[in-house]
Amino acid sequence: MLLYTFRRLGLAVLIVCLAMLLLLAAIHMVPGDPAGIALGPRATPEMREAFKAKMGLDQPFVVQYVNFLTNVVTGDLGVDVWSNRPVSTMIGEQLPHTIALAIAGLGWSIMIGIPLGCFSAVHRNSWIDKLTGVLSVGCIAIPSFIVGLYALLLFAVNLRWFPAIGAGENGDLGDQAMHLVLPGLAVGLGWVGYLARFVRTSMLEVLGENHIRMARAYGLPRRRITYVYALKLAILPTIALLGVGVGGLISGAVFAEIIFARPGVGKMVVDAVNTRNYPIVMGGVLVTTMLFALSTLLSDLLAAWIDPRVRQGL
Amino acid sequence: MTAAIETTEAGAPIKREPRFSWLWQLLRDPLGCFGLILVLLIVLAAAGADILSPYDYKALDIKARLAPPSFEHLLGTDNLGRDTFSRILHGGRIALYVALVSVGGSLVLGLILGMLAGYGPRWLDNLLMLLFDAVRAFPVIMFALAVITVVGPSLETIIFVVIVTSVPGYARITRAATLSLKNTEFILAERSLGAGTVRVMVSHLLPNLIAPLLILASMDIPVVITIEAGLSFLGLGVKPPTPSWGSILNDGYSFIRNTPWLVIAGGIPLIITTLGFTFLGEAMRDVFDPKMKKDR
Repeated sequence: MLLYTFRRLGLAVLIVCLAMLLLLAAIHMVPGDPAGIALGPRATPEMREAFKAKMGLDQPFVVQYVNFLTNVVTGDLGVDVWSNRPVSTMIGEQLPHTIALAIAGLGWSIMIGIPLGCFSAVHRNSWIDKLTGVLSVGCIAIPSFIVGLYALLLFAVNLRWFPAIGAGENGDLGDQAMHLVLPGLAVGLGWVGYLARFVRTSMLEVLGENHIRMARAYGLPRRRITYVYALKLAILPTIALLGVGVGGLISGAVFAEIIFARPGVGKMVVDAVNTRNYPIVMGGVLVTTMLFALSTLLSDLLAAWIDPRVRQGL
Repeated sequence: MTAAIETTEAGAPIKREPRFSWLWQLLRDPLGCFGLILVLLIVLAAAGADILSPYDYKALDIKARLAPPSFEHLLGTDNLGRDTFSRILHGGRIALYVALVSVGGSLVLGLILGMLAGYGPRWLDNLLMLLFDAVRAFPVIMFALAVITVVGPSLETIIFVVIVTSVPGYARITRAATLSLKNTEFILAERSLGAGTVRVMVSHLLPNLIAPLLILASMDIPVVITIEAGLSFLGLGVKPPTPSWGSILNDGYSFIRNTPWLVIAGGIPLIITTLGFTFLGEAMRDVFDPKMKKDR
C-alpha cells in the first residue's frame, strides 16, 4: 500500500508538471500579444515591453517554464499585475469558498444519487427505475449554469426564499449555509444523475454475482445484502468516477460563483481574464489543476485501500 | 420490413440486413425518437434562420426594449430592443457551427493519434498517453480561461480549446480498439498477404473504429455547445453583435430583476439541444453497440 501510494503520488506530480508545460507551450504556440491586448491599442512599444517583463513573458520559453516551476515549489505564484498583491495569498483567501461549494454540491448529490441508484437496481424495471433513468440522463445533459440561472430566477428573484448574492456574513454559519443552497444545487444536480446511473449499473453487476446469491440463500435480509455487502463492491467504480469528476465540478463552480456573485477561485480567475491579469489566471489554473490531480489521487488511494486488487495495477 | 435474401455462387442463401435497419431500431426507442425530433428541430431552425426569423437579429427597437413575449415579439426583446426569437434562431447557427467544426476536428485528430499510439512503436504510445493524461489534468473551463487571457476571446479560440481538450477522449477509444484489433486473425492475414502499414490502418482498422467514435461524437456535441454557451455567458466567447445563446443569457442575467424572459428564452434552446443530442446518442449507442447496453 505504501509503495502504491508513493508511485501514485509521483505520477500525480509528473502529470501536473507536464500539464503546466503543455499550457505554457500552447500559450506560446498560438499567435497573440497579451501585452497589446491588456494595454489597448494606444500603448507604446516601450509600455508593452515593460508589461511583458513584469509578467515574465519576455524570456525564452524554457526559462519561463523553469522559473515557473521553481517559483511554484517555493509557493511564489507572482504578483497581481494591477495591485501588486501576491497571487498565493489572494488564492488562499478565495480557495475555502470554492472548496465549500464543491463539498456542498457533491455532498447532496452523493446523499441522493447513491441511494437512488441502489433503489433503481434493486427494483429493476419498476416505474421508479424507468423514471430515474430518464430523469438522470436529463440531469446530466442540462448545463449547470442553466440550472443556476433558473434557480436564481425562481428561488431568489421571484420567491425570495434564498439570498441571491455573496457567501454570507463571516462567522455566521447559518447565513453561509443559506448562501450555499442555490449554488450547491446548480453544481450538484448533474451529479445526482451521474451517480444514480453509475451506481445502478455497477450494483446490477454485483447483485448477479455468486456471493450475493449465497448471502440470499442464507436468508439474510435483502436490505442488509444490498447496502452492506453489495454496495461495498459496487461503490468502487463510483469512487473513481468521483475523483475524475472533480474537474467538471470545478468548471461548474466557476459558473455558480459568477451567477451567485460568490467569492471563489473561479470568480477571481474570470475577473482576472477580463482585466488580462495573467499571473492570477495562471495561479488559478495551477491551483485548480492541482486540486483536480489531488482528488483523482485520493480517489485512487481510497479505491486501493478498499480493494487490494487495485494496488497491483500500477 | 423483410430482410432481403441473396444467394451466393454456391446457391446458399445469406441473410442481409435491410439497409436502414438501424434507423428503424432507433425510431422504435421512444427516447431515441424524441431525441431525433429535438435535434431535427434545432438543425432546421438554425438552417432556416434567415427565412424563419421575423426581424433582423441586429435591428434595434429602443422603444420596445425588454418587452415581454407577445404576438409581435414571440419571445420578447432584449435590453436593446432586439427580437429575442430571431436572435435565438441565429444563435443556433453559431452553436451548431462550433459543435460541428470542433467535434469533427477532434474526431479526425483523435483518430490519427489514437491509431498511431495503438499501432505504432511502444515509446510513441507511452509518450502520447502521457500527453493525453496531461491534457486531461485541466478542468476544461480553467484551460479555456488561460488561453483566452493570452489570445483574446473569439470563435476560433473556443474551437481551439475544445479540440485540444477533447482529442484525448477520441484518441483513447481509438487506441484501445486498435490494440485489441491489432493481433486479430484478419489483420495478421492481411499483413501476411503483404499489405503495408498504411493500407492496414486505413482500409482494415478504420472501418472497425468508426462506430464507437461516432457515438462518442454525438454525446460530445452537447458538451461542446455547453462550453460555447458558457464562455459566451461569461462574456468571453463570441463577440457582441453575433448572437449566441450564451450572450442572450448574459444579457438576461444583467437584467434579471427587470424581466425573467431573456433568461428563460436563452435557456430553452440550450436545454432542447443538449437533451436532444444526449437522448439520440444514448439510443445510437444501444443500437450500434449492444454490448454496452446493460439490462435495460
